Amino acid sequence: MRINPRYINRLVRMGLNVQAYFTVGILIIIVAIIFFKGFPHTNFAFIFSFPEDMGREGGIFPSIVGTIQLALLSILLATPLGLGTAIFLTEYTKESLFTKFIRFGVESLAGIPSILYGLFGFIFFVIKLKMGWSLLAGVLTMTIMILPTIIRTSEEAIRAVPRQLRIVSYSLSASKWETIKKVVIPAAIPGILTGIMLSIGRAVGETAAIIFTMGSSLRLPLSLMDSGRTMAVHFYILAREGISMEKAYGTAVVLVLSILLINILAYYIMNKAIARYS
Amino acid sequence: MDTKIATDRLRLSFGETEVLKTISIKVHKNTITGFMGPSGSGKSTLISVINRMIDFENNVRIEGDATIDGTSILDGSINPIELRRRVGTVFAVPIPLPRSIFENVAYGPRLKGTSDRTTLHHIVEDSLKKAFLWDEVKDRLGTSALKLSGGQQQRLCLARTLALKPEIILLDEPCSGLDPISTAKIEDALSELKSEYTIILVSNNTKQIARISDFSAFFYLGELIEYDTTEKVFTAPSETKTEDYIQGKFG
Repeated sequence: MRINPRYINRLVRMGLNVQAYFTVGILIIIVAIIFFKGFPHTNFAFIFSFPEDMGREGGIFPSIVGTIQLALLSILLATPLGLGTAIFLTEYTKESLFTKFIRFGVESLAGIPSILYGLFGFIFFVIKLKMGWSLLAGVLTMTIMILPTIIRTSEEAIRAVPRQLRIVSYSLSASKWETIKKVVIPAAIPGILTGIMLSIGRAVGETAAIIFTMGSSLRLPLSLMDSGRTMAVHFYILAREGISMEKAYGTAVVLVLSILLINILAYYIMNKAIARYS
Repeated sequence: MDTKIATDRLRLSFGETEVLKTISIKVHKNTITGFMGPSGSGKSTLISVINRMIDFENNVRIEGDATIDGTSILDGSINPIELRRRVGTVFAVPIPLPRSIFENVAYGPRLKGTSDRTTLHHIVEDSLKKAFLWDEVKDRLGTSALKLSGGQQQRLCLARTLALKPEIILLDEPCSGLDPISTAKIEDALSELKSEYTIILVSNNTKQIARISDFSAFFYLGELIEYDTTEKVFTAPSETKTEDYIQGKFG
């Protein structure tokens, strides 16, 4: 029996619709639960005051600061490093065993569970280099962790820049580096930003690797050598040790809102970049 | 008449395939020289030797020599970046850089180190005027070059090349994707420009070559079949192949 293609068409469309709504639906449910449970405990004082009694009372100010410090510093370290690697791989090497080796290394790095990064950071930065549980150890560990994402997304973005644009640039007497700087990277900015956004998300949401390297001090980290905790770690400890579910959900609300804020900001920057270079 | 560009028994092959077979040609200063021939005749490859864009191809072997003002441009001591300031190129497909009209034209001058706003503005205006585009874009220099029409984009590419203040302009089928009106504008611009520049126009459009070039060269399968004044080539070609091509018997 032959089914009318029109029905198949309708069926496929319906199926795809359901899949899309399912994805969005799950996101909405998660955010709704978090807001429902946490929003009553989230207010101005919660955001700007210090925690008391292990977090049973008070706010989460130090962990907000810790989160921003960790994410910002590791992005500032990983972006130039990752972008440099990506430029080297795409522009300055021919495909060879060497580049395959580097790429294989990068991909393996991306697949390692975060707890292993944490363990490595603990053994190497915290113990061997005597950094102790500190913002610095956390930042360095996180940098290594997000590097593969930045390299891979930047590499793909750079590769997607049409060859003709480079040829035009060369024909207008640009050198290789001038072409990369003035044409290739600007055209690749949206892709590079995607990688940075994903990395910020990873840094903000990470717990295991952070606890091992940055520790979980409740104090405000004032120097690179201070221990501290991020919102995700704070949430984990509050919930895991049954300290306060209310405060845990309150933290989660702030965490979700800040991720939302970062995304909006990133889109804003991206649109600016696209508007400027197109 | 002064010779600006010359090749001396220039041979070029990509791997095993010989694309240019012993080409010797002298292009005269301040003229438009038309390069015509069916695709695969080597005319585009020849101009990519003159601007050294051939450097970006793999597996190229070159023998013989090419000179500008009597100096070899294939010599190892020649800096291709310096050379490309003297030899501007306009490609078949107009490819504006993803930035504003102003910044497209200012791209070359900025690379040369010109950063003074007034000087840049002067160069941009001058180049756009020479490319017959100024009147259409003078009120929107800050908008994206990608928003221009195809014909405007190609004139922008010409202006961008002129902003380098080159001595030579190479045009590789610049009108292949353009409508007749845009083509006419490019041709008008070129006819005005030849007093200051030496122009090589690669084209499949023999009528266009006949209209605006002073000298015409006919290439076929990597060989220079005929080269003379345009009048002579189009009225009394000495080779039957040239005649057949001009009459549209093949191509």
